[in-house]
Amino acid sequence: MKKWQCVVCGLIYDESEGWPDDGIAPGTRWEDVPADWLCPDCGVGKTDFEMISIG
Amino acid sequence: MSAPLIIVGTGLAGYNLAREWRKLDSSTPLLLITADDGRSYSKPMLSTGFGKQKNADALAMAQAGAMAEQLNAEVRTHTRITGIDPGHQRIWIGEEAVAYRDLVLAWGAEPIRVPVAGDAAERVLPVNDLEDYARFCQAAAGKQRVLVLGAGLIGCEFANDLTAGGYQVEVVAPCEQVMPGLLPVEAAHAVQRGLESIGVGFHLGPVLNSLEHAGERLMAELSDGTRIDCDLVLSAVGLRPRTALAEQAGLACGRGIQVDRQLQSSHANIYALGDCAEVDGLNLLYVMPLMSCARALAQTLAGNPGRVSYGPMPVTVKTPVCPLVVSPPPRGTVGSWEVEGSGQDLKVLCHGADGSLLGYALTGTAVQEKLALNRQLPPLLA
Repeated sequence: MKKWQCVVCGLIYDESEGWPDDGIAPGTRWEDVPADWLCPDCGVGKTDFEMISIG
Repeated sequence: MSAPLIIVGTGLAGYNLAREWRKLDSSTPLLLITADDGRSYSKPMLSTGFGKQKNADALAMAQAGAMAEQLNAEVRTHTRITGIDPGHQRIWIGEEAVAYRDLVLAWGAEPIRVPVAGDAAERVLPVNDLEDYARFCQAAAGKQRVLVLGAGLIGCEFANDLTAGGYQVEVVAPCEQVMPGLLPVEAAHAVQRGLESIGVGFHLGPVLNSLEHAGERLMAELSDGTRIDCDLVLSAVGLRPRTALAEQAGLACGRGIQVDRQLQSSHANIYALGDCAEVDGLNLLYVMPLMSCARALAQTLAGNPGRVSYGPMPVTVKTPVCPLVVSPPPRGTVGSWEVEGSGQDLKVLCHGADGSLLGYALTGTAVQEKLALNRQLPPLLA
């Protein structure tokens, strides 16, 4: 499981937690998140997220 | 040495353009010029900082020096350009002339200030950048009551956030509903009721006439005669794109600096994006169009001229007490609104005569439908 961070606002998408508010189940891998999903904080699209390693 | 790409402004527009462009061109010199301290931060976070107990330092993501290193750029902070000379492809910083290969204006918009009488008028503070935020935090420390001027998107976000941060908030605005021009009235009422449920007071209709010192506190007097005790005033009455220097240089300006779909102004080698730009007639002060422009302009500046296009641009309004997503119908379209749902959970849809979806406003739990609805929306700039 990896974490991804929005380069605009710093929000972190954690694959292990998913994003249940938008119907994205825990354990959903980044590539399986819908292409039109938007950052819940600042509204930018998936292309503005960058992967960050969690060591 | 070859002349650099010069970007004026280090907000979301300036830094994100630099980041996108550096992915395509790692060698051309890059100079960023900013009037502030050049710290990188996310502007949308300014209106969620109080609820998270974050001061300006906590919202800053990187110092100017770190950004310079990351972007292989020179970042000149606390520096204002004083003129643009398109004929000689150079800008002026006081007496100093600096040549550019290409110039990008990304210096944002200026908070509108409404005239207020009284001896405490200087206590009306706008919050449009990180330095404003720092100033406001300092003024608000230890205080309780905040008067917010303006019931637009930013005024409502701050009303929610300041309440979450423990402040008592009153909102004053000369309009009949919150977010007029953006929201259909039913959705506006849902948001207003949500904010009222956590204690926000609304005075819709009047304006602030005067602000006077009253002992340790301030006394605000509205145009309808209401007097409100407060400690400070946050101004969120709107923004005006900065165009003065561009106009002086002869660049075509309307509401903002007018640029075409390649983000080029009326002069070759001068571009604009972000809050100061009017892109093909649209001046949208949101992050999503800004990022689309940054990506398109980075390509153009790297030698692959491309036109920016906007898909649907739904706007997420950060009022957690009543979540809201709105996608206004594109300009020039005519549709009719229909309301579904009840209480705080409303789905308000705008359909054209042919039945196609043109726009929406979703509140409360209805915001979960945004992804499905976005797929049906028309693009703003095809």
